Amino acid sequence: MSTMIETRDLRFAYPAEEQEQPVYALKGVDLRIEKGSFVVVLGHNGSGKSTLAKTMNAVLLPAGGKVYVEGLDTLDERLLLEIRQRVGMVFQNPDNQIVANVVEEDVAFAPENLGVPTEEIRRRVDEALKAVGMSGFVTHAPHLLSGGQKQRIAIAGVIAMEPACVVLDEATAMLDPVGRQEVLSTIHRLNREKGITVVLITHHMNEAEEADRVIVMDAGQVAMDGTPQEVFSCVDRLCSMGLTVPDTVDLLDRLQKDGVQVPLDAITVEACADAIAAAFSAAPEN
Amino acid sequence: MLKDITLGQYFPGNTVAHKLDPRTKILLVVLYIVALFTAKSLLTYGIMALCLAVCVRISRVGIRQLVRGLKPVLFIIIFTGVLNLLFTPGETELFSWGFLHVTGEGLRNAVFMVLRIMLLIMGTFLMTYTTSPISLTDGLERLLNGLKRFHVPVHELAMMMSIALRFIPTLIEETDKIMSAQKARGADFESGNLIQKAKALIPILVPLFISAFRRADELATAMECRCYHGGEGRTKLHVLRYESRDYVALTIGVLVVAAVAVLRRLGL
Repeated sequence: MSTMIETRDLRFAYPAEEQEQPVYALKGVDLRIEKGSFVVVLGHNGSGKSTLAKTMNAVLLPAGGKVYVEGLDTLDERLLLEIRQRVGMVFQNPDNQIVANVVEEDVAFAPENLGVPTEEIRRRVDEALKAVGMSGFVTHAPHLLSGGQKQRIAIAGVIAMEPACVVLDEATAMLDPVGRQEVLSTIHRLNREKGITVVLITHHMNEAEEADRVIVMDAGQVAMDGTPQEVFSCVDRLCSMGLTVPDTVDLLDRLQKDGVQVPLDAITVEACADAIAAAFSAAPEN
Repeated sequence: MLKDITLGQYFPGNTVAHKLDPRTKILLVVLYIVALFTAKSLLTYGIMALCLAVCVRISRVGIRQLVRGLKPVLFIIIFTGVLNLLFTPGETELFSWGFLHVTGEGLRNAVFMVLRIMLLIMGTFLMTYTTSPISLTDGLERLLNGLKRFHVPVHELAMMMSIALRFIPTLIEETDKIMSAQKARGADFESGNLIQKAKALIPILVPLFISAFRRADELATAMECRCYHGGEGRTKLHVLRYESRDYVALTIGVLVVAAVAVLRRLGL
């Protein structure tokens, strides 16, 4: 598989007050994100996960090290539009990223900026709205939609650029459970059906359940990196970084500490139930 | 209270008045204003009123909605009327009381002035009622495109206008929220004199402004992420195109202005 985004010894510091040492939000991050994968980046507040996301399409430029998007260096100003077209970004607050007051005009915003011909814009807008399941809302006013719907419009606005990768920077944080589920199933479908690489930044552990890969950020560095099963098995380590584990893993961990022989890598509810049932039927004397 | 704001209110519809190109409508309003200021007699004012009535009929906008637009400027209308009535010098004095003299010319001036303002406001409101804000800004941008040569940032101005329109409902909602939050902390917005009421607005305005700045910052980042880089090389989802009905409407507009000008020359 080819590489979508690569960071090499990436460092970043926010501007500091005079006479103060700049505080590094990223302290040497080396990552390779494969094309077509679904990667979840976890971390508590201030772990550097949002900063990492913003370096992926040159919203923030590295203070040290490099970021490559399909081999394009984000420090090269001439490549800026090309990089941003390849890596779309969805932010936390849907209200603050919708530009127009008609849904179709907003989705058309990015292709309009890219100078796409009118008929092609029409096709892209219709396709993007279909991809996020909002085809019936073409001429609606965005401020009358629900949070989940608005966020799906924001995703459509990014999809209309036909990017290879979409980075969601805590895009589900302000949504209610229904809205969050809408957004999650939308991006999973985009990943499966269109092969779009997804980087999902979040602090909701259960959003990581179905990911291909989980990266845990702590104090500006990659603390853990692996499949959800591998990462969530390290319950104590996650807790020491101020993170919780999914409820299923938490239950299995408690059972294990009470002496029941269960594996920790059964993350989904079904797998967890099966594991517990198997453990008890294997040892009926418990 | 916040629900009453009707800035740029638009009543969707499917009439010819709605379908006209926004540029045509803006030009027609300009022609209409020129004609209104050329009009000087009962006959010409009558023609203008008739034109407006025909347009209103075509657009199917309710008269009540149109008249409601006059409410905020009622004071200015009355003020102008009274001023013209009392302070126009003239020959034929109808009656006088102390230093106030009501003359025939004054009465005539007052009536025409009030008519002119009312027609002016109703005409422009008819345009905003039948044109969505987005196509209005679009039309303005295209009409003023020539000014780019003189370094007028036409695209930027149009962009700012459409973003402002986009954020009006969002900020109204936010104001409502902040007001509730401050009321929950015991803030009182209703009692006291004018100065006290104005002071009570500070705890609303400060958070509103801070939040607006934060929103602007986030929006700018989001726009950059969607490859916004100014008006250069930008294409459009909806391209404005003049249709035959636009030419017809503009021709009628020009003819009306010409007719009013000729009538004025003839002293009618």
